[in-house]
Amino acid sequence: MAYEFDFQSVLAYAPMFLQGAWTTLILTFWATLAGFVLGTLCAVARTGGPRWLRLLVGGYVEVIRNTPLLIQAYFLIFGLASIGARMPIMLGVVIAMVVNIGSYTTEVMRAGIESIKRGQIEAAECLGLSRAQIFLHVVLRPAMERVYPSLVSLYVLLMLGSSVLSAVGVEELFGVSNRVQSVTYRNFEVFIVLGVIYLAMTLVLRGVFWALGQLIFPRRRRLGTAL
Amino acid sequence: MSALVKFVDMHKSFGDLEILKGVTFSVERGEVVAIIGQSGSGKSTALRCMDRLETIQGGELWVCGHALHRDDVDLKALRRDVGIVFQSYNLFPHLTAEQNVALAPRLVASKSHAEASDIAQAVLSKVGLAEKRAAYPEQLSGGQQQRVAIARSLAMQPKLMLFDEVTSALDPKLTGEVLRVMERLAADGMTMILVTHEMQFARNVADRVVYMRDGRIHEMGGPEILIKPQTPELADFITHEQ
Amino acid sequence: MQPQFLLSLLDGVLGTIVLSVLTFICGGLAGFVVALARISPLRSVSFAAIAYIQVFQGIPLLVQMGLAYFGPILLGFESVPPLAAAALAMSVFASAYLGQIWYGCLISVAKPQWEAAECLGLTRWQRMTRVVLPQAMRIATPPTVGFLVIIVKNTSVSSLVVGYQELTYNAKVINNATFEPFLYFGLAGIFYFLICYPLSVQSRALERKFNVGTR
Repeated sequence: MAYEFDFQSVLAYAPMFLQGAWTTLILTFWATLAGFVLGTLCAVARTGGPRWLRLLVGGYVEVIRNTPLLIQAYFLIFGLASIGARMPIMLGVVIAMVVNIGSYTTEVMRAGIESIKRGQIEAAECLGLSRAQIFLHVVLRPAMERVYPSLVSLYVLLMLGSSVLSAVGVEELFGVSNRVQSVTYRNFEVFIVLGVIYLAMTLVLRGVFWALGQLIFPRRRRLGTAL
Repeated sequence: MSALVKFVDMHKSFGDLEILKGVTFSVERGEVVAIIGQSGSGKSTALRCMDRLETIQGGELWVCGHALHRDDVDLKALRRDVGIVFQSYNLFPHLTAEQNVALAPRLVASKSHAEASDIAQAVLSKVGLAEKRAAYPEQLSGGQQQRVAIARSLAMQPKLMLFDEVTSALDPKLTGEVLRVMERLAADGMTMILVTHEMQFARNVADRVVYMRDGRIHEMGGPEILIKPQTPELADFITHEQ
Repeated sequence: MQPQFLLSLLDGVLGTIVLSVLTFICGGLAGFVVALARISPLRSVSFAAIAYIQVFQGIPLLVQMGLAYFGPILLGFESVPPLAAAALAMSVFASAYLGQIWYGCLISVAKPQWEAAECLGLTRWQRMTRVVLPQAMRIATPPTVGFLVIIVKNTSVSSLVVGYQELTYNAKVINNATFEPFLYFGLAGIFYFLICYPLSVQSRALERKFNVGTR
């Protein structure tokens, strides 16, 4: 017997899907922003900080990179709830995502910072720039430019990976789809629709990052090189 | 005291390895001094010491009134007085020629964007690259990049310019355009110390030539010593360089 | 802590390892095909490989799990064992990434070596098996070992939707009974770390060794 697809009843819930997709994007936006800041600070600490700080950051990076996001989220969100520390679920999820993506960003930014040649820093020193100025203008900008494609991949993966956080009760795209499944019983169709929406979001996100790259890296725009 | 740079029995070592074993000489305001010698003779190290890219272990070193042998040297003031150009240009790849030049005036001398940009354009025309100001380093030839690097140092109006083998990475055609810029600077009265392999240039432009060997000054004098060396070692060196 | 909970976690570790190994074998074979398709001189074949990689790298693993779980029912299967659905989804997911990684390795040795081998008069098949593959495998080892870590971590996704009983699933069940999330998710985290960390270290060591070798 042939299966009869019924997308009609699933698509009736389009507004819910859109609402969920929007939530996913909001979560990804804040986690990316804060995760980038955290990761960059950790990368700085790991490349130039005192020994104890380097070890601390190294430990954080290794622990997070070698355990699943889902376990981290359970540990953090259910754990905090168990000791009575209540917070809005959106906030908890963003924190879990930031802790997670911060560690990956640390490694990528560290590679970028270490790729800056000694001579660049010497030249800036000889021009009289302060340490902070050197870091900001001579190290950070070109380092970020160099690893930008890797960063983009990280953040797109983060957006996709955030789907598992529906398990802690956040109503992002995957979370709302559970509700649609339970009322329509059209599981397969729901997953097809989810796949299409996520794929579209991946493309949109890549496009946005591309445009952002053009905006903040004028050299990339001018020379059209992938660097 | 009119000496802008003064070495007094200056010693420098890296760990157990002594690179400079007591160097004494001084450079007057407006002088152009060429330092020559084999690689490993300590000439580049001596130059780097003058901008405190290396710390010294013994003796005295005075540069533009700053005592570099002391720990309390004001690095920021020193580096406003001294400009240095490297063999590998070290331009900032993500900035245009003009932005490279304008960076220090903006950040260190706290000039406005417009002022810094004016300064940049002025020094870029001085090195003959006014029309390349919007180009990124990778769009420029080696010679052009080195001229931008010179302009970048000049933008801070240094009292002393140091040149560390600035033409060694360039082919002969591009070497000429860089040397011409340096010649013009010398003619304008800039005090310059250069480590170089360009004997011809040293002979034409330098007021004084310092031949270093094994961490010491082996022979020093006017440019004529390149034609009539007093020591067999310098004679030998000149023969091999040509 | 009661001993049965620890046993249950260890049982979960076993489930995680079984799924990881299955994924690596099936996903590796499929990924190899994807990599070969990607370098195919036939436009349509390489384009299909690109599309495959883009699509499955653009959809969350969790959604792929759902498709693998509910899809076979449409083909007439009564139900799908959780392990089968999880292994299918994970293999497809892994093949898209491994295909991409290995493609990069293949082309990085290919260009100059292809030409050299061509001059020697070797056939395409000989060039591939005798010249390109041995070298590509050497380059591919560090990132492949690194990807094993990603596979192990991602098996945790199979605790959702398909409900395969691996480490995360069991930890969740225990927590539901005991309400000691720090303890049990912490323990689960430690077990994951014990599996993944040695692989990460190995991957980095291989990378260093390889980098030294090519200098």
